[in-house]
Amino acid sequence: MDFDTFLPVLFWLLMGVSMLAYVALDGYDLGVGMLLPLARRDEDRDLMVASIGPFWDANETWLVLGVGLLLIAFPKAHGVILGALYLPVAVMLLGLILRGVAFDFRVKAQARHKPLWNHAFFAGSLLASLSQGWMLGRYVTGLADTPAAMAFAAWVAVALTATYVLLGACWLVLKMEGALQQKAVAWAKAAWPGMVLGLLLVSVATPLISHTVRERWFSFPNVLALLPVPLMTGLCLVALRALLNSHHVCGPDPKTSGKLCWLPLALAIGVLFMGAFGLAFSLYPYVLLDQLTVWQVASDPSSLKLILAGCAISLPAIAGYTVFVYRVFGGKTGALTYG
Amino acid sequence: MEHLDTLMLSRMQFAANITFHILFPTISIAMGWVLLFMRWRWLRTQDTAWLGAWRLWTKVFALTFALGVVSGVTMSFQFGTNWPGFMERVGNIAGPLLGYEVLTAFFLEATFLGVMLFGHGRVSERAHLVANFLVAFGTTMSAFWILSLNSWLHTPQGYSIVNGEFHATDWLAIVFNPSFPYRLTHVLLASGLTVAFLMAGWSAWQELRGHANASTPKVMRLGLSVAAVLIPLQILAGDAHGLNTLKHQPQKIAAMEGVWQTERGAPLLLFAWPDEATRSNKFEVGVPHLASLILTHDAQGEIRGLDEFKGEHPPVKPLFFGFRIMVGTGMLMLVVSWLGVWQLRRAQWQSGTLPRWLLGALFAMTFSGWVATVAGWYVTEIGRQPFMVYGLVRTADLVTKTLASHVAMSLVGYLVVYLSLLAAYIGVLRYLVSKPMDLGPAPAKVIRKGHVQSPATLSGPQGA
Repeated sequence: MDFDTFLPVLFWLLMGVSMLAYVALDGYDLGVGMLLPLARRDEDRDLMVASIGPFWDANETWLVLGVGLLLIAFPKAHGVILGALYLPVAVMLLGLILRGVAFDFRVKAQARHKPLWNHAFFAGSLLASLSQGWMLGRYVTGLADTPAAMAFAAWVAVALTATYVLLGACWLVLKMEGALQQKAVAWAKAAWPGMVLGLLLVSVATPLISHTVRERWFSFPNVLALLPVPLMTGLCLVALRALLNSHHVCGPDPKTSGKLCWLPLALAIGVLFMGAFGLAFSLYPYVLLDQLTVWQVASDPSSLKLILAGCAISLPAIAGYTVFVYRVFGGKTGALTYG
Repeated sequence: MEHLDTLMLSRMQFAANITFHILFPTISIAMGWVLLFMRWRWLRTQDTAWLGAWRLWTKVFALTFALGVVSGVTMSFQFGTNWPGFMERVGNIAGPLLGYEVLTAFFLEATFLGVMLFGHGRVSERAHLVANFLVAFGTTMSAFWILSLNSWLHTPQGYSIVNGEFHATDWLAIVFNPSFPYRLTHVLLASGLTVAFLMAGWSAWQELRGHANASTPKVMRLGLSVAAVLIPLQILAGDAHGLNTLKHQPQKIAAMEGVWQTERGAPLLLFAWPDEATRSNKFEVGVPHLASLILTHDAQGEIRGLDEFKGEHPPVKPLFFGFRIMVGTGMLMLVVSWLGVWQLRRAQWQSGTLPRWLLGALFAMTFSGWVATVAGWYVTEIGRQPFMVYGLVRTADLVTKTLASHVAMSLVGYLVVYLSLLAAYIGVLRYLVSKPMDLGPAPAKVIRKGHVQSPATLSGPQGA
């Protein structure tokens, strides 16, 4: 494979990494948004929103990069995919708009309007999550429009939403203290089965739907080489669930315990990573399963090289300053104020 | 506009979206630099009036930024959902420019915004100032890439066309295409003016309603001074941009000036009613020779008329009136800002003693930057029609095959959301500027790593 042939594959990988980063990062934001109504006290809600305050904007940028790379590297697939997903994209965008602006309005508007913006924050997060799940479901089946494919998409919509709730709850386990942290543990426990069931069904259904995927996973010796993927995923999920009962994550006294409060989130992201690997392995080299390969729809090598140069310089910088910001706002969340 | 098909609805949706979107970057581009200035003044002078000003306008900035982000994300998706042909044919050129915007600008501003807004006490003052700078720099870089692409659609160069698809042959020629320097200057100045009048307008409102505080005179002086300096520059830049357009897109100028037949010594029409059916103007009121003089710098200069471009020129009315609204607003800005600076100087920079008529005029001009900006964008964008890439690709050839009913549904959804958000935005702005100055103690200092003071010990506004 010479470099020009490899370029589309590289961009396909970059796109996948961006999307994974988006799901992991904005996933916890959206999850916190959906958990907001469960916090009864207004101070708790403020604290929950404050925990994602410095991050949500940059998190959403990964979606722009992911879709941007689809548009830049595979312009012909971009039109086909987004055209077929016209309405769910519109719903998602409306959801993201509501979520993003409610975030700012709820503390800047007059106090009597705050509940309204809290509702908008919740509704926006829910709409965005459901529509993203629906689109993921449609995408995995190669945009098939049979009733079975639609049912599958509906299931993925629920499963991804549960996953986001779990991520959000794990984020709160990391960032909150005391009673709110304990609540977050309970929410994480409630969301856990949803994510597990969702993953199971997607893993079973995808090979059933596509001959390509079946061949790839279950032919010998692939099946042996790939065995670690489901095993690791299962291990992460079980460990996550077990940790939620551990006093190392959340104990009765916030001062002495909770050293491992970061681990549930890390494990949940580990599961996403495995899932993304599995999906990538199933899809390669298709941008749209069984229909469009990366080479059929790729842009000019000259355009791709220009972007690659930009990525090579700026992605490490982005990673660097993202780490910086997470360090600046590390530790348990306090109130956010404008300095 | 005979019937509402997918093309018309998609155009309406994109117009609605881009109109809504541009309102916010127009503020945030210049506001980032204004905030940097305010913060710097506060650090230098330790005058809490500057801190209060920074806190208030940072809230406005955060809100504006959020609205810009969400509406911008929406637009990046609409290329694919509504204009798939655009990326299929122009993707090799548009893609990298959009990509560079995300990579060099979008991440930078979005990431450091958090530090800028909430980082006080967690990072040093210097790091905080750098974060503020990076946000301002990011928004400006964002404008750079987007305007480069937009300008390329007006004055394409550096490409070759193979099987209907554009391929880049010279990236420097693409990025620095002929209309780009003019458009970038014009837009950046417009942003500065929009923010200047926004600050002066709300300061005037604070004085009128008795909400004024120590920072009001400072913000008023800053707003009026910036406006008074930028507006003459903007008039010059606009003139240069117009000459550039005349060279590259003569039919746009013909429509802006309402010139149907090619003529020498064309009058500047102050008013007219362009009629596409008869291809002539009604009720003309004009100054003889002035249009030729302005556009060719020669009273007998020739201006090519619309009849030379039958079937290939934009609709005349929106350009003709849009141009007059923009220029009229600009002239008003010149008068009001110079009058304002003169009066404010006479009042020894105390905005409280300004005459009420002037305060009223300034408040009425609060959103004048929006009016001029939107009118200007309508002139240039409608002026490119019927082309997406000027002279090369027609807009109608790029539209999605999505059902008109689906586009109609999403359009209604967007319109409802946009109008509500616009009302909420202006309402919250009014609420924010009527609150007393926020001089609460600086937020939580980091006591030891990973642990901040409990929120209960803090006063001041909480949350995001």
